[in-house]
Amino acid sequence: MTAPIEVSGSEVEAQPDAVLAGVDRKAIQGRSLGQIAWLRLKRDKVALGGGVVVLLLILAAVFAPVLVKLLGYPPDEFHRELIDPVFSRPTGAYGGIGWDHLFGVEPINGRDLFSRILYGARISLLVAFLATLLSVSIGVVLGMAAGYFGGWVDTVIARAMDVFLAFPLLLFAIALVGAIPSQASIFGLFELKDNSLRIALLIFIIGFFNWPYIGRIIRGQTLSLREREFVDAARSMGARSPHILFKELLPNLIGPILVYSTLLIPTNILFEAALSFLGVGVAPPTPSWGGMLSDAVTKQLYPIAPHFMIVPGLAIFITVMAFNLLGDGLRDALDPRAR
Amino acid sequence: MIAFIVRRLVAAVLLLVIVSMVTFAIFFLVPRLVGSTPDDLASRYVGRDASPTSVQAAKKRLHLDDPVPLQYGRFVKGIVAGDEFDYGPQTVKCSAPCFGYSFRTSQNVLDLIKDRFPVTASLVFGASILWLTGGVAVGVLSALKRRSFFDRAAMSIALAGVSLPIYFTGLVSLSLFAYTWKIWPDGVQYANLLDNPVKWAYNLVLPWVTLAFLYAAMYARLTRSGMLETLNEDYIRTARAKGLPERTVITKHALRATLTPILTIFGLDIGLLLGGAVLTESTFSLPGMGKMVVDAITGNDLPVVLGVVMFTALFVVLANLIVDLLYGVVDPRVRHN
Repeated sequence: MTAPIEVSGSEVEAQPDAVLAGVDRKAIQGRSLGQIAWLRLKRDKVALGGGVVVLLLILAAVFAPVLVKLLGYPPDEFHRELIDPVFSRPTGAYGGIGWDHLFGVEPINGRDLFSRILYGARISLLVAFLATLLSVSIGVVLGMAAGYFGGWVDTVIARAMDVFLAFPLLLFAIALVGAIPSQASIFGLFELKDNSLRIALLIFIIGFFNWPYIGRIIRGQTLSLREREFVDAARSMGARSPHILFKELLPNLIGPILVYSTLLIPTNILFEAALSFLGVGVAPPTPSWGGMLSDAVTKQLYPIAPHFMIVPGLAIFITVMAFNLLGDGLRDALDPRAR
Repeated sequence: MIAFIVRRLVAAVLLLVIVSMVTFAIFFLVPRLVGSTPDDLASRYVGRDASPTSVQAAKKRLHLDDPVPLQYGRFVKGIVAGDEFDYGPQTVKCSAPCFGYSFRTSQNVLDLIKDRFPVTASLVFGASILWLTGGVAVGVLSALKRRSFFDRAAMSIALAGVSLPIYFTGLVSLSLFAYTWKIWPDGVQYANLLDNPVKWAYNLVLPWVTLAFLYAAMYARLTRSGMLETLNEDYIRTARAKGLPERTVITKHALRATLTPILTIFGLDIGLLLGGAVLTESTFSLPGMGKMVVDAITGNDLPVVLGVVMFTALFVVLANLIVDLLYGVVDPRVRHN
């Protein structure tokens, strides 16, 4: 499958055959699937834009302490002198947005929103990435097992997926967070409490309940790959199941795994933000995007300080949108049939 | 057909059993696995004024010292056949289906749910009509006019729609329409449908549109990709080759195949939302089941949470069942499988 790939406008295509024949072999070398996908992705400017934003966000989250030191104030530092004592809103225009406080300051206590947004990004991305990793691991293992082995294994796993998809996920997550005490020992191995427990719990809940979405896709792909000639060839040469699963099937599943992981991350970001919004995410004073929006509603702050709702809302929107654009672009690049 | 219905019914009951197990596990098994003693558990079922005696009483009342399978049996029995709670001097009879009593208001949880359900149902009912018609129409048009300006614009808006958290769009619309332009000067308040239908509808417009926007965006994306896939099928080519008018090909052949999977998702979504449109209700402070469950979590009112979770699960199972049966009517292949 090194079929000719239209690289419109490239030099190779523009040259007449006679010249082509003379070019050194490198120019007409077959391209790997990864290279083909990368070429397609490079032409998709919207997806690339999403990718750049994603990269910047990750860097901003990783280097949050440095950035805050350079451009902001510590996330828990009060600046009450910037707050109008009567209306408890920032005195400066547009919520106090300016060179000193890039995203303005929080109503009531006047904490710097720029640093709170950056630190919120850390929690949001950490939970979303690890939860996605968990879902994808479970989904790939079970999806491949179901698709490859078939029979009762498939029946059991497919049924389990149906059941999981029918769960009132958000409610279960809320209930689970509510039912678990604030201090817990995980299987007696290590003690966790307060926010580290909450974060571990969030990762577990979001990751554990989301695996069927990717599991279904992997199962379907495995089912069709299993019947392909290269699997027959491997089997006829005496390959056993582990070899076929890991060396023949898994490399062919990298595409869908990559695409659906990228598309699962924004879902998980929204999920984490929703739980924080409902008050069952990370506990204050640790900053979180959903928590800020929750403050805006429960303390009725959004009518007096609209920026306090707009800034975290836009942070969620931009992050989720960037991941979605990148994911859609990856899907188009890796699987041209899907539109 | 009878065999098909029976099979589906059995599956629905099985699903309900599994969901009840998971719910039970969340409340009674998982806390134990992470190191809670029966005393810790009991202390969460006495509300704010936890004294050692009331904790012991709660432990006895909820039989938290029993082995876990026995506890699960009692949990199921309470829901199916009712239960009796031993409150020292008097016993309280709680008839089936019994979800217990709220700590905060001491009301029967089932009564609380019955109180709140109409609010959630009104919200979901109105929004679902909007998003189903809107989302499907936009999706179909986008697929038919693929790569047109309309398609690009609609799909960009839809992508933005699925990337926007519903509580953010809700807050923005509240601050614009309620606070800045004063179209709803008092914010959104729920009015009973039977008392004043006009006020009921008027006050629900913002939540309806906000909720519907998110779902319409999802449905438009789904419908578009489903429709494009269907239009590539051989039988569509056959229909066109027979010389059928394009209108017939689209409405009779393509649309029907596209809409059946959408129907499944619609059923699931309705079932899930009826158990509480948690985020929408919290944003607009609508006193529905979702708001109730969030308030119950913050107030540590576990029986209410448990009741709502089980109730939602019941709805999801019912919605699944109805969709499955409808599927059997719409798509004959399902019946004979």
